[in-house]
Amino acid sequence: MSGHAHHPEPLAPVEARVAAIESVLVEQGLFDTEALDAIVETFEHNLGPMNGARVVARAWVNPDYRRRLLEDGTAAIAELGFGGPEGDHMVVVENTPSVHNLVVCTLCSCYPWPVLGLPPAWYKSPPYRSRAVREPRTLLAEMGTVVPDDVEIHVWDSSAEVRYLVLPERPPGTENLTEDELAPLVTRDAMIGVERW
Amino acid sequence: MSTGIPEDVASMGGAAALPRDNGELVFGAPWEARAMAMAVAVVERLGLPWDAFRSRLIAAIAASPARPYYESWAAALEELVVAQGLSTVAALDAAEPSERSPL
Repeated sequence: MSGHAHHPEPLAPVEARVAAIESVLVEQGLFDTEALDAIVETFEHNLGPMNGARVVARAWVNPDYRRRLLEDGTAAIAELGFGGPEGDHMVVVENTPSVHNLVVCTLCSCYPWPVLGLPPAWYKSPPYRSRAVREPRTLLAEMGTVVPDDVEIHVWDSSAEVRYLVLPERPPGTENLTEDELAPLVTRDAMIGVERW
Repeated sequence: MSTGIPEDVASMGGAAALPRDNGELVFGAPWEARAMAMAVAVVERLGLPWDAFRSRLIAAIAASPARPYYESWAAALEELVVAQGLSTVAALDAAEPSERSPL
């Protein structure tokens, strides 16, 4: 295997054609290669977890928004301009000092990508999918999140119809931060529920 | 965010809808992402409506329904490039590079 890993494969005709188009357009000065690189990069990040982070940050600073978000996640998320086919039926579940929420898709890997971006590999893994239901506390501890014994863990099984987003608690010591300052603190893992602070 | 797939690109429906797996754009090979980026860039730089590309993509898919999605995309891209006078079929034939473009 390793002896062949770096041997370029022959170009497929369509691949060569696309490369030809690129070289002509770059030569024409329509764009440069770096500009194309930048666009390609956004394909991986364009629907990143920052959308969800903005939802959470808004809920932390705005009690009315928080109420709307918990009542009708889809509509409240759409207020910020996020949504789409796979974020159609969003339910937002709220962490409290006594309840921790964890999202899983036991059947496959349903995931609210319009707000959370691309699902991490572990989210799709069979061990996560089965253990999140069977032994969530142990699983979370192994993932670095120890949920105190007096905190209940609620597990939410996503499906094609309903996708869940965890609203984490606002971290202590952030009372003076603005919405824009709070958003970067919100992690993807916290919104799935495998992180808690 | 300042970048991202333009909304009218991301929201195409029907046969023109971008192939996705659970929201993740699916590319079978780097050139597919490259072709997609080029269509976005050409339309943007020339100030065209996205439909200038989309209509060609739909036509390319209809002309050859069994062809893989991004091969139709590449065909539509070439048509757009030629129609806009950015290149000619002959020039593209001549420009056939021997190396894959970087990704």
